[in-house]
Amino acid sequence: MEEKRAIVELKKLFKSYRRGGQILPVLSDITLDIQEGDFMALMGPSGSGKSTLLNLIAGLDQADSGTIHVAGVDITTLSESELAVWRASNVGFIFQFYNLIPVLTAFENVELPLILTDLSKKERREHVATALNLVKLEDRMDHYPGQLSGGQQQRVAIARAMVTDPAILVADEPTGDLDRASAEEVLSLMDRLSREAGKTIIMVTHDPRAARKARTMRYLEKGVLASAPEISFSQSA
Amino acid sequence: MLLRLVFRNLLRHKLRTGLTLCGICVAILSFGLLRTVISAWYAGVEASSANRLITRNSISLTFPLPLSYLERIRGVEGVKTVSYGNWFGGIYIEEKNFFANFAVEPRTYLELYSEYLLPEDQKQVFLRDRRACIVGRKLAKRFDWKVGDLITLRGTIFPGNWEFVLRGIYSGRDSRVDESQFFLHWDYLNESLKKRKSVMTDQVGIYILSVANPEHAAETAERVDRIFRNSYAETLTETEKAFQLGFVALTEAILMVIQLVSFVVIVIIMAVAANSMSMSVRERLGEYAVFKTLGFGGTYLATMILGESLFIALLGGTGGVLLTFPAAKIFLNYLGDYFPVFFVTGQTVIFQGLAALAVGVAAAVLPTWRSVRIPIIQALGRIG
Repeated sequence: MEEKRAIVELKKLFKSYRRGGQILPVLSDITLDIQEGDFMALMGPSGSGKSTLLNLIAGLDQADSGTIHVAGVDITTLSESELAVWRASNVGFIFQFYNLIPVLTAFENVELPLILTDLSKKERREHVATALNLVKLEDRMDHYPGQLSGGQQQRVAIARAMVTDPAILVADEPTGDLDRASAEEVLSLMDRLSREAGKTIIMVTHDPRAARKARTMRYLEKGVLASAPEISFSQSA
Repeated sequence: MLLRLVFRNLLRHKLRTGLTLCGICVAILSFGLLRTVISAWYAGVEASSANRLITRNSISLTFPLPLSYLERIRGVEGVKTVSYGNWFGGIYIEEKNFFANFAVEPRTYLELYSEYLLPEDQKQVFLRDRRACIVGRKLAKRFDWKVGDLITLRGTIFPGNWEFVLRGIYSGRDSRVDESQFFLHWDYLNESLKKRKSVMTDQVGIYILSVANPEHAAETAERVDRIFRNSYAETLTETEKAFQLGFVALTEAILMVIQLVSFVVIVIIMAVAANSMSMSVRERLGEYAVFKTLGFGGTYLATMILGESLFIALLGGTGGVLLTFPAAKIFLNYLGDYFPVFFVTGQTVIFQGLAALAVGVAAAVLPTWRSVRIPIIQALGRIG
């Protein structure tokens, strides 16, 4: 069996925030490898630093020290504008509240990241159609987010995250705002993306059901990677 | 995509956008009308000719000069034509019917003021008949006067009722010419005063001189004043423009207030538009964070916000400019007696456009800066 390489490599990562003159450590000495094609769940109690870690991996925030290599690039050395360019082609984002642009249709929302590429209008249209087809929403492409259910909006968000074919997909509580059926639908889609399209997905979640869909799971507690506790479905019921 | 976003964002809060648009429209309209009032105030200055000099008593305009100065002024090097006149100050029926009326030496006056276009036949009759008068087109229209009408003015400076026969109606060569004046024969006035044994006979309010070369106007003025230095009626000769500016200076405080108000109107609407844009941008900070997350830079966001702000400002501004023209007409109907030359100039339209542009840019500066500077994480935290 072919051994997969680490697409995300974190070494001795530290991150703290300053609040009212006080320094609050959020992440301490995080060293972690995430394999290419993995679907990893990042769990932990509130305030444990999961979202901060996800933001650092996605290049939305800067670490105090340590290195973050994503697909061979040490993103801790990039400036803010370089990070913006890097994010555009390497990271797909799925948010808890979908974060679609309300004045754009589903088609236009998915097309948005492609505006920054050199693709022609025709090529963009083809890419968007493929992405919407993947999330089975091609018949809703002219609908505005307000005309779609929560589950459908999150599927549009997944299509938007996928459309540039990024190296990694990061998802912050992607099912946090969805009912169980919609959440199941979204998780199945992410699972399919990982298995069939070989996408690397890093998902922050509180929901043990969602975590069970992932192939690997890491647990954060007080900013430190810890061994995962036993997951019980009763926790989420 | 950018244009689409700008337009759709504009329509997100139709009431807010509509009210901001209306506010800008009214502000630009008010600004335009106030600027037009200022222009109207300066109409006399604008209409003045570089070829003409005015000689008056150096003490004050209320002190006359003797008619005997005429020949001496005529003989000054550089002087081409000399005319003279007096403010007549007559009232037609009642005070509210105010209009400017002057007693002038008609032949030379019409020669000097070639911008008053009078049909040749009317001109000849006017020159021949000492009781004749001519009026501007607007004044004739205002009182429905026709050539041949008998017009009686009640004198305020020169007491009594004065009867004139309307012999001509002049029109201006261009829109800057005042078409609401009334001219009578200075000789008729002077002879009447002689009959009444008045002390005001052979007295002239001002001399109007044309110079052969406007570049030497200052030297010519100096030469005229030098002749009458140390006489009992010393003269002050200045360009017609300086003479007119002297009248404007009398009302400088009012003009300053009007100018100030016109700018205050713009500053207020800037604050209103900036507040409106700030509200919109504050609501959309999360969306802008999504744009930044997807890799869009500050320039894209700035263009989007500035585009929206400029669109509202320029649309409102255009409405304001377009409304200024009919509003100026209405204004003229009510206040035409005080502003005989009242029209929206090209310069006013340019100022209005610049004001609208300034409102658009100023309203977008702070919201743009805020949306570009705010860290993505902080802005995303505002969602939900």
